[in-house]
Amino acid sequence: MAEVTNQAIIALLGEKFGDKVMNVDEPYGLLTFETTTDVLINVLQFLKENSVANFNFLTDITAVHYPEKKHGLAVVYHLHSMVQRIRVRIKVYVDAQHPIVPTATTVWNGANWMERETYDFFGVKFEGHPDLRRILNMDELGVHPMLKQYPLEDPNRVDKKDEYFGR
Amino acid sequence: MSHNQPIYTDNDPQSELVTLNLGPTHPATHGVFQNVLQLDGERIVSGVSTIGYIHRAFEKIAEHRPFYQITPLTDRLNYCSSPINNMGWHMTVEKLLNIQMPKRVDYLRVIIMELARISDHIICNTIIGQDTGATTTFLYLFQFREHIYEIYEEICGARLTTNVGRIGGFERNFNDIAFAKINKFLKEFPVALREFENLLNRNRIFIDRTAGVACVTPEQALDYSWTGPLLRATGVDYDVRVSEPYSSYDEFDFEVPVGTRGDIYDRFLVRNEEMWQSVRLIEQALEKLKKEPAGIFHADVPEFYLPAKEEVYNNMEALIYHFKIVMGEIDAPKAEVYHAVEGGNGELGFYLINDGGRTPYRLHFRRPSFINYQMFAPMSKGMLLSDAIINMSSMNIIAGELDA
Repeated sequence: MAEVTNQAIIALLGEKFGDKVMNVDEPYGLLTFETTTDVLINVLQFLKENSVANFNFLTDITAVHYPEKKHGLAVVYHLHSMVQRIRVRIKVYVDAQHPIVPTATTVWNGANWMERETYDFFGVKFEGHPDLRRILNMDELGVHPMLKQYPLEDPNRVDKKDEYFGR
Repeated sequence: MSHNQPIYTDNDPQSELVTLNLGPTHPATHGVFQNVLQLDGERIVSGVSTIGYIHRAFEKIAEHRPFYQITPLTDRLNYCSSPINNMGWHMTVEKLLNIQMPKRVDYLRVIIMELARISDHIICNTIIGQDTGATTTFLYLFQFREHIYEIYEEICGARLTTNVGRIGGFERNFNDIAFAKINKFLKEFPVALREFENLLNRNRIFIDRTAGVACVTPEQALDYSWTGPLLRATGVDYDVRVSEPYSSYDEFDFEVPVGTRGDIYDRFLVRNEEMWQSVRLIEQALEKLKKEPAGIFHADVPEFYLPAKEEVYNNMEALIYHFKIVMGEIDAPKAEVYHAVEGGNGELGFYLINDGGRTPYRLHFRRPSFINYQMFAPMSKGMLLSDAIINMSSMNIIAGELDA
């Protein structure tokens, strides 16, 4: 079987989705690109079902918060083609105030808990998710703790001020 | 309580279903797992898993710690095979920093990672035996976990949460006692493992309890993002050590065992065979070590590798580097890196985003237990309660990794 290169996959995606596939990069050999929420599921479905790329496996879903950016919440998908032994990283930037992303549970059932975790920690609302509840934190928490505005510890504690520890 | 909360209790007087709270602390589940099950007699009609009882916010803590202080956090993910997590994290940072390890360090890492894999599989397989009623096998093989912990003790001083190795190598060389203990282990363990297999592999009671129970097809397993022995038991030969070799695994000769039906018996056999392969790997690594210069146990990267204490007190450069590393002021490239290792339960991934600061901007752990466990409640439907218990044992869910 011929080796499939990152360039070949980008060419495939470019042909299909045009300028919806943006900022292509290869940090440490891992193909990374951005896309938009409206075509996200189509991109995932296309990569999964395309016989050349064959990204049959959803490795991970998570998010990253960049408070200084306009669209400050990046939802990151890692896909893996076990046949071709290549990975791809897909990012979608959404507004941190109203983070709405379509669910990937329609493509992989395994996305269910990964999306629940991302919702729990970042507040990303996955539209169409069958059971979008908190998963690791308590239901009464009220905030999404991995967002950068929430400090690691309660700032009102007097016994653990950073200055006492030279930080 | 939100509107989409599952209904735990069934107050309908006409209903014959019984609600059973299995967990959070149930002696049969070996860890903090809560499953609220609806039972019709002994059959499970539906189940809801509740997790997060030992969530410790590692990803948040990691955003406030320099790289070398994150190693102890990884210990506490899958605490049955801490060295694999430690090494996975070191390799992630080394990949970010573009550090090449000397061959000897790679081989030492293979030894300790394979020991960890054996100890992880010992725990899982003996507990499957225990849960099917074979206490002898549990006690018999479990002592070798103790021997592995004694080897850890020689190498790093700790037993369970090892914190072994440093970014750029190991903190100290393996001593002669460690090698003697490894050799002793390699001599004694195969005998015990053979006997363990003789007790269970063709045991009628064991086969009746496990074969054909909780069958999973490869399609289902891939759909639910399963990895590790669970995925291999269904017949998919995916192993990170082979598909993306790290730590010189490509130089070793070993096999990836696969099952055919994906039932509990297959998972048991796959793990057993992996222990044999791990023994082979350790033997090969010891053989390769003989050809390497004996004194090397870390890469020559003083700006990233914590210097020895004697050096720090007597040598100006070492003091400077020590200070820079401890204060988290190393020059790491601003980049994103994903690195995966084959953990005891599957693909353990580290997604690290560095923005040039003292701490990671974001660190995400791809925890195999968390992702494997989500299929437990759906697949329990229609299963007998006692089968669901051994199904959970055979999935080898480690609470620390599940909840991070």
